[in-house]
Order: sequence, then C-alpha cells, then structure tokens
Amino acid sequence: MHDPHIAKAFDRDLEAIQALVMKMGGLVEESIRESAKSLKTRDTERAERVRQGDKKIDELEDMINTQCAQLLAMRQPAAGDLRTVLTVMKIAGNLERIGDYAKNIAKRTEVLSHMQPIEGASNAIRRMSKEVEAMLSDALDSYIRRDATVGEDVRQRDLEVDQMYNALFREFLTFMMEDPRNITACMHLHFIAKNIERMGDHVTSIADQVIYLSTGVMPEDQRPKDNQSIYQVEGFEEADE
Amino acid sequence: MMKDNVENKVGVDAMNTKFSAKDVQVYYGDNHAIKDVNVEILDKTVTAFIGPSGCGKSTFLRSLNRMNDTIPICRVEGDILLDGEDINAPQVDPVQLRAKVGMVFQKPNPFPKSIYDNIAYGPRIHGLARNKAELDEIVEKSLRRGAIWDEVKDRLDAPGTGLSGGQQQRLCIARAVATEPEVLLMDEPCSALDPIATAQVEELIDELKQNYSVIIVTHSMQQAARVSQKTAFFHLGNLVEYDDTTTIFTNPRDPRTESYITGRIG
Repeated sequence: MHDPHIAKAFDRDLEAIQALVMKMGGLVEESIRESAKSLKTRDTERAERVRQGDKKIDELEDMINTQCAQLLAMRQPAAGDLRTVLTVMKIAGNLERIGDYAKNIAKRTEVLSHMQPIEGASNAIRRMSKEVEAMLSDALDSYIRRDATVGEDVRQRDLEVDQMYNALFREFLTFMMEDPRNITACMHLHFIAKNIERMGDHVTSIADQVIYLSTGVMPEDQRPKDNQSIYQVEGFEEADE
Repeated sequence: MMKDNVENKVGVDAMNTKFSAKDVQVYYGDNHAIKDVNVEILDKTVTAFIGPSGCGKSTFLRSLNRMNDTIPICRVEGDILLDGEDINAPQVDPVQLRAKVGMVFQKPNPFPKSIYDNIAYGPRIHGLARNKAELDEIVEKSLRRGAIWDEVKDRLDAPGTGLSGGQQQRLCIARAVATEPEVLLMDEPCSALDPIATAQVEELIDELKQNYSVIIVTHSMQQAARVSQKTAFFHLGNLVEYDDTTTIFTNPRDPRTESYITGRIG
C-alpha cells in the first residue's frame, strides 16, 4: 500500500500533512508534561509558558485543516489516501482539545500556587498525566506505523486513567468533607483531574482513528469503562460521554 | 448515499440480477483477453467497469451484446445469461439482443440523417410504431429521456451531425433508449465531452437507472465514483474486485484495486 504515487507531488502533500500532525502531537505531549510539572513545582512561569504555547498548537490545527481541504479539492484522494486525510483532520481536532485542557490546567495551577497545597494530590495528578502522555506518544507512534494492535492497546489503557480519576475524585471529596477550607483548592484539583481524564478520552479517539486508518473499519466500542464507582457517591450525577 | 446502500442491499436478491456471467473467457486469436469472469450485474443499477488500458473491460462490455461477433478472430466461452437466458444460444438473434441491450460509444456517432430520423430509425426497423403519431411520440419521449428535447424540439429536421459534441452524445443516448432496451452499455461515453456536457450525461445516467440497468466503462475514477452504485475493477483480463462503489473507493479489499484507484504504480 505504501508504493509511491505516480504523481510524486501527491506523496509530498500527504507526507506534509502527516508531518504537521506529528509536530502538533509533539507540542501537545510537551504541554501535558509541562502543565503537570508546573502544578507539582508550583512554578507559575512554567504554567504561563504552557498557556502561551497553546497558540502555536491552535495555529497548527488551522494549517492542517487548510492543507487537508486543499488536498481533498485538488487530488480527490480515495481508499487509504482518503482515510489518511480524514484521520489527520480528526486527530488534529483531538490534539487541539488536549492542548486546551493542558492550558486550563496551567491556568488553575496559577490560582493553586497561592493556596495551601493539598497533600499528595499533585503527585497523583502527575502520575495520571504521565500515563496519558505515554498513551498519546504510543498512539501517535502507532499512527505512523499504521499499527492497529498498538492502537487497540492504547484504547484499553484508558481504563487505568479512568480508575485513577475515580480514586482522586473520592480522595478530594474526603478532603473537602474533612475541612471546608480545602474546598476551593480541591475543586480546582478535581477539575484538573477531570481534564486529564478527558485527555485520555481524546487519546482513545486518536487510537480509534489509527485502527480505522489501518483496517478501514472503526472499532466496535468494547472498551472497558470504569465510571461506575463515582456514581455511588450520593447525589452525584455526571453527564458526559 | 444512504439510499444507494439500501438499493444495493435489495439488489443482492437474485430477482434483481439482469446479467449473469459464469466463467466467461474471451480470446482474440491466441490472446486470452478475459479470464474466468464471474459477475452478477443488477437491474436498475449503474455498474462501472474500471481498470487500466488493455485490462479487458471494453472487451467484456462488448461481449454482453455480442458486439464481438463482428470480430472474426474473437471467441467467447462460458455463459452469459440475460434474465436467465443464454445470449449466445443459437436461436438468439443478435439484432434483437442489441435492441434489448443498447450501446453508446466513446465518440458520438449520429447517423448522417435528421435528428428525428436518428431516433426513429430503431423503432421503425423493430416495428415499434404503428403510425406516424406513435412514432412522433416515441421520438419526443426518447429525446426527453436523453435530456435534449428542449434544445432540439424546434429543429427536428436539422442534421444530427450539426449538433455540438455533448448534444450529439445525448442524441445517441436518446437513440439507444428509443427501442426500449432493458440494459444500456456505455463505453466511455464522456471521454470526448467537456465538463458541462459530462455533467449532463452523468445526470442523465442517474435518471436512466430508474428504468434500466446501466453499465459504464470509464477511465475516470471520479466518474465511476459519481455515477455508479457497483464497481468492477479489471486488471490483465481478470475481474479483480466487484463490490459496492462506496466500498471500492473507501476500503477496497484487493491491494491491486487500491493501487489503481489511488494512482499508484500497481
């Protein structure tokens, strides 16, 4: 399937959009890493750099969308080429959202840096974001190698992220019940954990695209989900997914 | 697109099979041009034959109304059934067969006669009209079906050869439908036309599929994708892949199909 096109410029165009999405992926991985690090070290300058860096990510998404539109109009890709363009556009959208969540974490980090730290929280969040970052790195790697097996593996790993989130959710709830003065900080930390959990969902969606790209079929949704435990908290209702 | 998919699902029913080819071989002298082709062509469906030059798609198309009979060194083996009847059986009159299975060629080829006579010729020799009024009616109906009536209704006595290329091709399509065929074979009907005339012919093909089974040979992949519901890919005399057009163009099974439709060296 990776024979070159008769029109060499077609290959160059396809490679160019994929290179852009990989560049975008690299920046997003860095944003995840840096936002979690700034939270842990209470480093507001680092957090500010993450917020500024999001502009570059958004620009790349625009560039990718423009180039994909041009490629669709000029070359009418079919089959594997068409799936490449479609998946590039979707993945760019997912990456852009992940970038936004990282930016939001950076924003909350700046607020949290003026408050009493919550014991153990930033380490747990760091672990969670490390897992998501590793998943993203593997998902992008499997994209380049057109490896549906690794894509499926990434989808399965999202369960761990969900479980980490649920554990943190209960922990924050306990802190808030113990001492109402913790509420503001814990609310921010909870949103941060939730952001990372949502990042995991976007990474899963990227893995779905890898499977679609290499097999031509979207995966059936048989991914194990662990969002039951949080509903056991009385009066809590969550409305997403 | 959804509608087409539904039609295709219905089309799997054997009731809708128009042409059924079984182990068809075509030879030009020693040259084995078509190898073991098995295919079911559906009624009220546009089927596209695609493939590189010399792959056998036109040869196979021509064997569906016995146009290959006119080539002395050509030999056809295997069964080609139209509504279950073998078209190569000795009792079948090829002229009658070609009235049922009409054909439109790459280059518009109107007769050097008036527009009216171009259409009236077939119905006359097949005795489809009892009087002038009926013939007039057939001519008008056919020209309307050919989407050219409004452009020629005031000059039916003008020579068909005086029309523009796109109009001539639509005149030829109108001529082909005048004998009330059941199948329309089109061998690259748009390759000599400009984009506007091409769009008009494609629109016409889409309308024709309400009543006919249309089979179109095309070198334009985009055209196959635009007009057909089923696509057959031929390569070196083999029918490599035959499936829903949407499947062929989004997720073909055979790597040779993928190489061809994506413009790779295959």
